[in-house]
Amino acid sequence: MSTPYAKLPAWADYGLIPLINLSVAFIVAGLVVVLVGENPFRAAVILVEGAFGKGTGIAFTLFYATTFIFTGLSVAVAAHCSLFNIGTEGQAYIGGLGIALVCLSLDSTLPWWLLFPLAIVASAAFGALWGFIPAYLQAKRGSHIVITTIMFNFIAASTMVYLLVGLLKPLGSQAPQTRNFVGGAELPKLNWVIELFGAKIRSAPLNICFLLALVMAFLVWLLIWRTRLGYEMRTYGHSPKAARYAGISETRIVLTAMMISGALAGMMALNPVMGDQHNVAIDFVSGAGYVGIAVALMGRLHPVGIVLAAILFGMLYQGGAELSFEMPSITRDMIVIIQGLVILFAGALEHMFRPYIQAIFASFSPKSVGIEAIKGKGA
Amino acid sequence: MAQAAIELIGINKSFGAVRANRDINLEVARGTIHGIVGENGAGKSTLMSILYGFYQADSGEIRVGGKPVSIHTSNDAIALGIGMVHQHFMLVDNFTVLENVILGAENDALLKSSIAKARSELDRLEREYGLEVDPDALIEELPVGLQQRVEILKALYRGAEILILDEPTGVLTPAEADHLFRILKQLKDQGKTIVLITHKLREIMAITDTVSVMRQGTMVATRTTKETTVGELAELMVGRRVLLRVEKGESEAGAIKLSVKNLTVKDSRGVTMVDDVSFDVRGGEIVGIAGVAGNGQSELLEAISGIRHAVSGEVTLDGKPIDLTGKADPGELRDRGLAHVPEDRHHVGLVLAFEENENSILGYHDDERYLKGPFLDVDAIMADAKDKIEKYDIRPGNPRLKTANFSGGNQQKIVLAREMEQDPGVLIVGQPTRGVDVGAIEFIHKRLIAMRDQGKAVLVVSVELDEIRSLSDRILVMFAGRVVGERGPEATEGELGLLMAGVEHQEAAE
Ligand SMILES: Nc1ncnc2c1ncn2[C@@H]1O[C@H](COP(=O)(O)OP(=O)(O)OP(=O)(O)O)[C@@H](O)[C@H]1O
Ligand SMILES: [Mg+2]
Repeated sequence: MSTPYAKLPAWADYGLIPLINLSVAFIVAGLVVVLVGENPFRAAVILVEGAFGKGTGIAFTLFYATTFIFTGLSVAVAAHCSLFNIGTEGQAYIGGLGIALVCLSLDSTLPWWLLFPLAIVASAAFGALWGFIPAYLQAKRGSHIVITTIMFNFIAASTMVYLLVGLLKPLGSQAPQTRNFVGGAELPKLNWVIELFGAKIRSAPLNICFLLALVMAFLVWLLIWRTRLGYEMRTYGHSPKAARYAGISETRIVLTAMMISGALAGMMALNPVMGDQHNVAIDFVSGAGYVGIAVALMGRLHPVGIVLAAILFGMLYQGGAELSFEMPSITRDMIVIIQGLVILFAGALEHMFRPYIQAIFASFSPKSVGIEAIKGKGA
Repeated sequence: MAQAAIELIGINKSFGAVRANRDINLEVARGTIHGIVGENGAGKSTLMSILYGFYQADSGEIRVGGKPVSIHTSNDAIALGIGMVHQHFMLVDNFTVLENVILGAENDALLKSSIAKARSELDRLEREYGLEVDPDALIEELPVGLQQRVEILKALYRGAEILILDEPTGVLTPAEADHLFRILKQLKDQGKTIVLITHKLREIMAITDTVSVMRQGTMVATRTTKETTVGELAELMVGRRVLLRVEKGESEAGAIKLSVKNLTVKDSRGVTMVDDVSFDVRGGEIVGIAGVAGNGQSELLEAISGIRHAVSGEVTLDGKPIDLTGKADPGELRDRGLAHVPEDRHHVGLVLAFEENENSILGYHDDERYLKGPFLDVDAIMADAKDKIEKYDIRPGNPRLKTANFSGGNQQKIVLAREMEQDPGVLIVGQPTRGVDVGAIEFIHKRLIAMRDQGKAVLVVSVELDEIRSLSDRILVMFAGRVVGERGPEATEGELGLLMAGVEHQEAAE
């Protein structure tokens, strides 16, 4: 109470500041485009049109967004319990292993609507397990979760390479991936929904995982703000001392939060594996776990914000691919730079412009003034 | 009257529906100490935050040294020679004193000349005002009293002529507070102007020249300190007569509810903080534990309430033992009828980022009343919170408001309401009225006594001797982790003071 700070109206906090951050990211990205000798305005148009211009673009954008919703939710759930889960990447990868086992054994016997629930459970369980181990080490042995989850990403990667060049690879195949799944392991597409609006779609991977992601976003909201467990997680997240006082077991809450976080990460694998590739290949997660950190931060750890931020990143992925196709001097790597800039300004430097905006707001609001400020000398 | 250092004219400030300041006028003469008193939530901190540039007034005028000024940020305030010491210090814990003092006032990249300049300047300030601190000590290693001195040094280093202190003695021991007042007097003699916010009317009488009283956002009176009394100020603050010492009847002590035997507790560094302490609390009595802060009272409370593990000893609740050395679980103790109002409401008793209604179930969140299966029963929680708000007169009465936005006294009422309304058999309370205004103190004391009269066992720990003496049926004094004496409520302040200083104890040991 005795340490007040100037506050911003909610619309500035949740609308204006993210918008300014994004604009700055795009201006700096524009400068990069200029540096390689292309027209930044044309580049921007290509990017946005690539993402939202045609039906196929929209479908791809939402397909990528689906992936990021899962990883963003995963990071957010842990963050509400003040756990920085950097292991979403590895948990998603291991989640893919769970799906592979289910699909490889049952894809020719079960229809998709039976196989899908099994795959959901398997991916969530495998992801949860991969979240459980670092959580256990933190709760019982005090090993910091940031370090252990990073290490578990490496362990996950090595394990998957081992399995994909050995056990899981069909005999005689040269590619480090499972055989292609058939029948029941191919999830229904959602492209027809976009076609309802009159757009034409060639072929795009948007599938029912998008709906699953939206359902999970709602469930996460329910969990965090409407359940006893969520209440305990938030209490611990804000103040471990208050949690101890309230009789909330640190071990139990850390383990539970990380397992839920891991489960959400694991479910991300459903989208590329069953919705698109129909196999589990090396490095199929390709950084989506890390993007989840940016998505969660940008979405202010709120499911609605996360869905919006995921769509933004989906747009960058899809529009970016289009851009590097149309403007050959803008390579894939440059797209990564642009994405990096967005993460930098929207995530890491989130508060950079806040003081200035507060000052501007302060000078607009009716004020405590007579005439001019006398600066410099003390009274 | 001497020339005014600060004039506030017609200041208004609202937070949503709450009018924190309305039409405030205030004039503080140069070279004086001016006190501001008022109930929790009266708007004292808000007013000073406007002067220091943290908030913008909705309307009104500020004059410094007779000239109208506009203050948008604290940098503007600093440039005008205004310094502020907040109740919660704004220091970097792992920086040295010197580094903290130059923070924000550095003016060369390698800090070489800044540091040299700061060192000589600190030296001068120390000599001039008796503000001794080791410039190379780390903040985290300094006791609170010295940390506060660093805050004052910071302000003076930036050329403050006007110094605002918001509840500076809330965290100080009596000796530290005395030292602070000597420093303030010295600053005043050097011509500085000081504004002091405090809830302790005694301090107002002891040190200020003039005093203003705020009530519900308005300035209701300004008095020359010599011409007023504690009683008058309390009445002005609350708008009615206040009992500075709550009346209570004889206690009717019943069966032993809480029994502590040979309890020993160590802190995280392995230092023995509670050393072989034994006592009982019976139903229908209030036992007060007096002592200078840091003599093991906090650890004692934490051990009994299950937050901290004990090394050895035995504690029984209603005759049944509490597992102290193994897994003492505060949740389980709560189920067994032990309620705990912790000393540190900001980090332990409340989650400041939560809404009020969420805090009103903290610790009882697994109670069926508040749940529908795994889900929180939002309607029930809200109704319950509204009920408590009404019973305990928590202001503003909005259960959706973020807890951090309640004033200190009202935050304390949120905790008390939660713990008392569970109808516990044993209530243990740490610092029941820290940072709380006289009206609320009266209210809280009455509630505690009512609990006692219902036959509950109440254990109170407080560093305020007045509070201990007016509440307790029996007084235990702690010094260096031991209970060094037990007295009745008629014990004099001097007698208890000596015990608290360990005097009798040392003599006995020799
Ligand atoms: N940032 C804020 N948002 C909403 N309400 C606020 C905010 N800051 C203060 N208030 C409200 O304004 C009123 C005045 O608060 P203020 O902190 O100035 O009281 P105070 O006199 O300093 O009380 P205390 O003695 O408890 O410190 C209170 O009702 C408080 O709840
Ligand atoms: Mg205050």
